[in-house]
Amino acid sequence: MPFIPHTRADVEEMLAAIGAPHIESLFDEIPAELRVQSLAGVPEGLNEQQVMRLMQERARQDGMPLNFMGAGAYPHHIPAAVWQLVSRGEFYSAYTPYQAEASQGTLQSIYEFQSMIVALTGMAVANASLYDGATAVAEACLMAVRANRKSNSARVLHAATLNPAYGAVARATTAGQGLALEALAYARADGRVEPAALTPYAGNDITALVIQQPNFFGVLKPPGQWGKRGADIVVGDGQPLGCPLSSGGPYFGFMATRSEFVRQMPGRIVGRTVDTQGRPGFTLTLQAREQHIRRGKATSNICTNQGLLMMAGTIYLALMGAEGLARVANACMARTAGLVAALARLPGVRRAFGSAACFHEGVLLLDRPVAPVLEALAARGIEGGVDLAPYFPELGAALLVCATEVHASADVDRYASTLGEVLGART
Amino acid sequence: MSLPMAEPLIHDYGRPGRGARGQWPPEEAAPPLPAALRRAQPAALPEVSELDVVRHYTRLSQLNFSIDTHFYPLGSCTMKYNPRACNAAALLPELLNRHPLASPAHSQGFLACMFELQEMLKTITGMQGVALTPMAGAHGEFAGVAMIRAYHRARGDLARNEIIVPTAAHGTNPATATMCGCVAREVAVGADGDVDLEALRATVGPRTAGIMLTNPSTLGVFERRIAEVARVVHEAGGLLYYDGANLNAILGKVRPGDMHFDVMHMNLHKTFSTPHGGGGPGAGAIGVGPRLLPFMPLPIVARSGAGEAARYRWLGEADLPQSIGRLTGFNGNAGVLLRAYVYMRMLGREGMSRVADYATLNSNYLLARLQQAGYVAAYPARRASHEFILTLKALAQQQQVTAMDVAKRLLDLGFHAPTTYFPLLVPECLLIEPTETESKETLDAFVVAMATILREAATDPEQVRSAPHTMPVRRLDDVRAARELDLAWRPGAAAATAPA
Repeated sequence: MPFIPHTRADVEEMLAAIGAPHIESLFDEIPAELRVQSLAGVPEGLNEQQVMRLMQERARQDGMPLNFMGAGAYPHHIPAAVWQLVSRGEFYSAYTPYQAEASQGTLQSIYEFQSMIVALTGMAVANASLYDGATAVAEACLMAVRANRKSNSARVLHAATLNPAYGAVARATTAGQGLALEALAYARADGRVEPAALTPYAGNDITALVIQQPNFFGVLKPPGQWGKRGADIVVGDGQPLGCPLSSGGPYFGFMATRSEFVRQMPGRIVGRTVDTQGRPGFTLTLQAREQHIRRGKATSNICTNQGLLMMAGTIYLALMGAEGLARVANACMARTAGLVAALARLPGVRRAFGSAACFHEGVLLLDRPVAPVLEALAARGIEGGVDLAPYFPELGAALLVCATEVHASADVDRYASTLGEVLGART
Repeated sequence: MSLPMAEPLIHDYGRPGRGARGQWPPEEAAPPLPAALRRAQPAALPEVSELDVVRHYTRLSQLNFSIDTHFYPLGSCTMKYNPRACNAAALLPELLNRHPLASPAHSQGFLACMFELQEMLKTITGMQGVALTPMAGAHGEFAGVAMIRAYHRARGDLARNEIIVPTAAHGTNPATATMCGCVAREVAVGADGDVDLEALRATVGPRTAGIMLTNPSTLGVFERRIAEVARVVHEAGGLLYYDGANLNAILGKVRPGDMHFDVMHMNLHKTFSTPHGGGGPGAGAIGVGPRLLPFMPLPIVARSGAGEAARYRWLGEADLPQSIGRLTGFNGNAGVLLRAYVYMRMLGREGMSRVADYATLNSNYLLARLQQAGYVAAYPARRASHEFILTLKALAQQQQVTAMDVAKRLLDLGFHAPTTYFPLLVPECLLIEPTETESKETLDAFVVAMATILREAATDPEQVRSAPHTMPVRRLDDVRAARELDLAWRPGAAAATAPA
């Protein structure tokens, strides 16, 4: 019996203490006609050795392709210390820190995380994380409607270049509350949304504007310093900060805002305070916003944060520091520029947006449909990027490629020569 | 039992020019950026060595209670042992480094696991469809209520916007109703702990979208008239939502589908033992009956062919045009789903009902022993499920020792506190869930600690009221925390505690 420690003698003593004849009698309040007939769809149990062998076979099936995919999930170096620390049982198997006195490790880590997100975004306050970047955009739209008292509408504008999955999640999440998301067109020549795109909305009551910018706060101007006033709500996905690709999750969403909107923010928040002896300590705060107190009037139904991933992000940021993070950003820009240049030299490949600055991704246009090319690359052990045709059909045969500090120049060379072969072998 | 003393902030270890240089990539000349886009000052992140980081977070970890170090009898949370194999399998390099959009050629192993997980969850819940992507229980609730709404809308039944919840429901239930644009209506629970059927009949009507229930309920007892509840709600045109928080109690014994539920979520981090991680990540897969199949969230894994020829792929909008849509950037908390898959494969068919057997045995045993020790059960006439409620009303009145005081004193005696003050309708309550992975010795030690506290409450109540005494901090000033918000360290802030 995996993970159940009871001996036969234990069971007998326990039943005697209860005054029950057998374990089955403990279920006597469940009507007999509702009882399970068969669990035939669940296979027989495996021991650890058997299940690890099965999983190793499954893992081998998927292999380790050379990966140039991004689109919201990016391969980065993760220092060994990050997950060795996060995997400590005291973090891994702890519960939500409702009992603050027995959870100072988790609580202080969250406070440090909030401090680092504040430093990166240039905002006043941050929460303890949300599920992922996509749901963070959805929560930010809902929050904007609550926070923007000058607006009576529930209209939200977003750049058409917003990650399509993020847009889809924002629509699915906000539909019940009647939000209307409208896309702002981008310039076909350079892929950017110009301020002039807002002109048709002059005089309209718009609640919020969603702007997407790469999460390169290590080198880019923080959103808190954008324009005269700065952004009001800043969200993003923290995956590049120490979270493995892991088929799409778990990652973490971050959210930061101005001080005056802190009570409109969803999710957990940790504050520093003092104990009865006047010593500093950390506790969950502003819980009156949350579902376990406010129930139907809560800012959101969320009652988790992405604890372990947030922890990984905190440790990653502590290890990298401002200098390390800026170096990673510069390396990503350099490698992506190199990758785009190498691929655009091939016949039948060109840049989609001229010389516009790229961070860790760039768009290429091929002289033929992208999907079969990607399939041919995959057969040669390369994940060559993401086909944009389903999302941006107006671009034609567009391919989104990604390179980061983990890609050596030999990797770029291998991609370029393999793509050359694939494109040369016209079928 | 005491934990080590407090630890400075990571920022307090920083010194200008220090850094974990072994982690930094070489400096590279990047393409120039316009000055207007550039950050003027470096971000105020800590400047610390790798050893500083390792020591600091190791010390922080030691300030925590966890399943690995302490018994966690936390009602409604199912804090059972998290098997190491589940973690090891999810960390296999091919799975850890797999990109979420990887081509079918690099996906069949992962997708096979996800498909089989869907199938096992269907069997264990009696549901006809499962989607794995919701990232926590509350996220699954959102998906479920959004599907209920979509179902009524698709039938042109536009007036149904009321979600009924029992007064003892989890706070997420009414919060979810609101988030989905519905209104929560409460229905009373009778003195025996079951839903008041007369009150329910008076509440349902042409505006009823559905009802959200846990069974066993948050009162730790099985809702015996669930078939009648289902009949009342279905006849009124509403659907039944099963909140899977208490699924551990009935695993392999009775299935939500057989109890006539139309939709449910499963907390994989509870029932299927993926780590709680200090508050997440969770995983809140949903299951649906026939009425809601067309509305499931995307993506879902489908299989074609069988045996060696089986091929797996993600279903998209074209396959499920009435779907409520996408709720995650990619495929949900995939790494958590892998851990749940491994756990279920290890338990197997026989292991499923053993979970319920021993969780229920432990719960009823602990209840019997605590009653012998002088504690009062909130529902003494009822059989405990996998959890039960004690009410400390008499203690609070006679000794001015509250449920919170008892909970805090337990920390001193080496046990995590049970859930306190939930459900709200039982005064001064402790909700206790021991789970199946705890031994009789651990339960006996907990009974001794609880008996000790009861004795202290009579002889030295201040010792209990001022607990905890041995944690890194004493009780914290929550009022000050909320009034004088200190939510982030800022450059120039004085070190609260000097580094050692």
